[in-house]
Amino acid sequence: MSANTNVLNSASGLPPLAKSAGRLADVFWLLVVIGVGLGGLFGFNGRMDVYEVSILIGAVAALAAVGWYWRGIRGLSIAVAALTAIALWRYGVHFGDQLSVGREALAAVQGKDFFLKFLVSSQSAIMWMSALYVGAAFTYFLALLTRTEYIGKIATALVWSATAFGLAGLFARWRESYLINVDYGHIPVSNLYEVFILFSVVTALIYLFYEGRFKTRALGGFVMLVISAAVGFLLWYTFDRGANVIQPLVPALNSYWMKIHVPANFVGYGAFAIAAMIGVAYLIKLKLGGDGERDMLPKLEVMDDLMYKSIALGFGFFTVATILGAMWAAEAWGGYWSWDPKETWALIVWLNYAAWLHLRLTKGWRGAPMAWWSVIGLFVTTFAFLGVNMFLSGLHSYGTL
Amino acid sequence: MNLAITLLVAVALASIVGTVLQQNQPYGDYLMKFGPYWFEVFRALDLYDVYSAPWFLAIFTLLVVSTSACVIRNAPSMLREMFTYRSRVGENEIRAMREHVEWPHLPMSVEAAAIEGRRVLMDEGFKFKETRVKEGYLFSARKGSLQRLGYILTHVAIVVICIGGILDSRIWLSYQEFFGNLKVETRSIPLSQVPEESKVPATNPGFRGNVNVPEGSQSSVLFLNVRDGYVVQQLPFDVEVTDFRIEHYINGMPKSYESDLVVHDPKYPDKTVKATIAVNKPLIYKGYAIYQASFGDGGSRMQFNSWQLMGASAGTSQPVAGAVFQDMPFTVGDAKYTLELNDFRMFNINPVPDEHGKIQEKNFGPSVVFRMRDAAGQAREYENYMIPVVMEGRPVFISGMRDQVGGVMRFLYIPADRDNKMDTFMDFYHRLHDSVLIDQAVMSMLAEVNPEAAKLPAASDAIRSMVEKFVRGGYDAIGSDLEARVPKDQLERAFETSARVLQTVLSRMYVTMMEDRGVKDVGGEKDERFLADSVAAINAMVFYGAPIYLQMVSFEQIQASGLQITKSPGKNVVYFGSMLLIFGVFMLFYIHPRRTWILVRESERGARVLFATTSHRKTLDMAKASRLMHEAMVAKFGMEPTKAGLE
Repeated sequence: MSANTNVLNSASGLPPLAKSAGRLADVFWLLVVIGVGLGGLFGFNGRMDVYEVSILIGAVAALAAVGWYWRGIRGLSIAVAALTAIALWRYGVHFGDQLSVGREALAAVQGKDFFLKFLVSSQSAIMWMSALYVGAAFTYFLALLTRTEYIGKIATALVWSATAFGLAGLFARWRESYLINVDYGHIPVSNLYEVFILFSVVTALIYLFYEGRFKTRALGGFVMLVISAAVGFLLWYTFDRGANVIQPLVPALNSYWMKIHVPANFVGYGAFAIAAMIGVAYLIKLKLGGDGERDMLPKLEVMDDLMYKSIALGFGFFTVATILGAMWAAEAWGGYWSWDPKETWALIVWLNYAAWLHLRLTKGWRGAPMAWWSVIGLFVTTFAFLGVNMFLSGLHSYGTL
Repeated sequence: MNLAITLLVAVALASIVGTVLQQNQPYGDYLMKFGPYWFEVFRALDLYDVYSAPWFLAIFTLLVVSTSACVIRNAPSMLREMFTYRSRVGENEIRAMREHVEWPHLPMSVEAAAIEGRRVLMDEGFKFKETRVKEGYLFSARKGSLQRLGYILTHVAIVVICIGGILDSRIWLSYQEFFGNLKVETRSIPLSQVPEESKVPATNPGFRGNVNVPEGSQSSVLFLNVRDGYVVQQLPFDVEVTDFRIEHYINGMPKSYESDLVVHDPKYPDKTVKATIAVNKPLIYKGYAIYQASFGDGGSRMQFNSWQLMGASAGTSQPVAGAVFQDMPFTVGDAKYTLELNDFRMFNINPVPDEHGKIQEKNFGPSVVFRMRDAAGQAREYENYMIPVVMEGRPVFISGMRDQVGGVMRFLYIPADRDNKMDTFMDFYHRLHDSVLIDQAVMSMLAEVNPEAAKLPAASDAIRSMVEKFVRGGYDAIGSDLEARVPKDQLERAFETSARVLQTVLSRMYVTMMEDRGVKDVGGEKDERFLADSVAAINAMVFYGAPIYLQMVSFEQIQASGLQITKSPGKNVVYFGSMLLIFGVFMLFYIHPRRTWILVRESERGARVLFATTSHRKTLDMAKASRLMHEAMVAKFGMEPTKAGLE
């Protein structure tokens, strides 16, 4: 009889002592998250309106819940908190209590402070993130080709580190926007540059969850390819277009809705991107002869299932994000639906995956056609994400190239 | 179900059309873009407003009907399924299931085996029904039945959302128009002249329209754009805009747009509602939502110096007053013109390279946008800035000109003098139209440089005519004159000589002017620059094409707030549908439905147990869950089954 492999309660297979230590860690986690949340709530009291307070409470609850079931998140949270704390500490050392200091003073400090220059200013952290994700892509493929588990573990560690740097970079950027000018301050999910970081981080997180749960390290390289592409874009956007410069919000974006609509959307985009990359791996394996004895890639059946899971997750969040977007539009543009190109393409993406899910769930379609479709789906999604901003004009033109 | 997928894809493809072709633009733009033939073809296909097109609505309706049919057909049996146990399953049926296992001989009593079986079901969180059967018990169990509800909710949600959308659509308007009760107005005429048949009563159940209200004015109507025209939507109240404000960030980018509103409702004459709206902060008044949608000019008043640019009086000015949206006829010589003041802009933030070549945002200050239309109806558009802008270290008055709608702007830079005024340039320009003054300058130059030539009238005439050619036609005029008279191989030299002579004459005239104006210490680098800039400006006048230069000297800004007002009876319906959709989608994907049967019967040596589990959702998770449950039973019974249908 095999051991109980139910990963949802991975503590259940452990000896009693470890089990109670695990339970203690769970409770400790809850206390820490709630404590930090309360700290934020009272620390920034008076600067947040009722919506922002609700969003903070919701975010803390979500983080506590996710960390309760998925322990990896705990380490990540601590790393992100530590990196962010270093950034805040260094800014505090240089600027004291000043609320804002202007672009030049900020840049001067970022250029001379060791920690800021090389580690935790948003720009440095994002460079670390970029390097680590691309490094992880190579490492995953190296692990795949050499069939070395140890190298695979390194790759996973690289993804975790990159994600920590990405998130810390976003948090530092949030602070920096206020340091430049109190009026400029906003959550960094407001333009293409910022959401590309968000996309990389969210995609990596969803992938890490699947990797931990379904032992699919072989797929890591494929997922990192799409993240590396995002990183490539990010670097071009930074060095060629100077898009990393923090700009104030246009009035239409100045709303609490941005804090929930944008992240929800990127869970959707990230999950669709993973599904597409699993689709690529599936098709490659099929081309190489399908399941065999010495497989590098997971079984076709497993990849097919994971593709479904990814699309289902993405579809759920994309539905939520689109509805939130409609509610925001009702408040900002005067109608929940205006057939604006971005809205319409969101609908097209939604219909596309709705059709995919219908075929799978009601017709039982599996295999190559669904893999192809999920790859094509990524192109449709990418157009909705980028193409609309580049080629079509409408209300939703917050990122231009 | 194939139909459903086809329709999903069809709606998606049809939607693309409307994103590729920009919707609801002025029909003139489409005509320019596609030409008369394709313009008509596309119009016949309703491509300029795809999402209201009958064919698009037909596909959408089909989707809704097909979804409704699915729900109506499947929901009753699904609901029944959700709440029932399949307890009438026979032993052979269980055995026929793919994933079944059997313990034919368990060394325990039927009751003991039943207790263990029941415990497994409880541990796994199943709901079950226990039925006594011949020689034993049947446990028929189910788990995750709510997944079926997910199916029903998602599909009902689509129908509900579409119904909400229809409530907010223009179906009522289309109906009125179809039966001839409503006529779309396509002329651009004042509100008071819009005929009654183009007005929609306030009883219209749902609408979304726009209106520009100048500060200090009020409006009781909206404009609903319909194809290439509009209809006037009447409101049951008046909206007054008392103030409109734009706040800016320190870099000049707009930070917020706000309007102070007063709503006057004739039903409640003593209860006016005051509110401030902003982008993202609409006012909801009795089910009408009032949004800050845009802004524009509300008829700003301005004072101008109108500088003559042609004829003997060129370079002199008269004061003129005007307001935005005003048309002012005037004549220059015999030519009749109309000056149409179109817009006043308080801020003009433009990217300008600084001394390090880095692009900086810079505010150019207030400007006026106007059209100058000649008697033939040809118009050029101009944008004149009020305050001199420092370009390459020198302050200049900027005027942009384009002779085509949407064309590229060309710029005229008139140098500002020591007092930051246009007067010195205009004085200079005026003198250049005075042949006596030109003659004096030419003669004094010739007397100095070549006293012999000074005596020849032909020489001075030639130079004077060259100066006059330049003033009227720029360097091009001198060039084409030389081309006609000078052999090709000497052209370049002749041009250089002419330019030098011209420069000397202009320079002398400039110095004389400055002396006349009582300016001391003329002749420094500053003056050289000023003269060079003036010459460049005169050369550029050739393309400028206006008989006057309109210099704004003062203004009183009156802004208009662009309001969007909506009545959306379907909004809450759509939100309700959306909520159903979210619940439905997550239930559909994250509740895993399973049915399990455990049949315990007597056997020769104790009990025999038959176990099977099934799901209409065949995924790896399902297979894994079955395996886990099977393992749990093995643990309870202490032995492996003999027959396993499990993989």
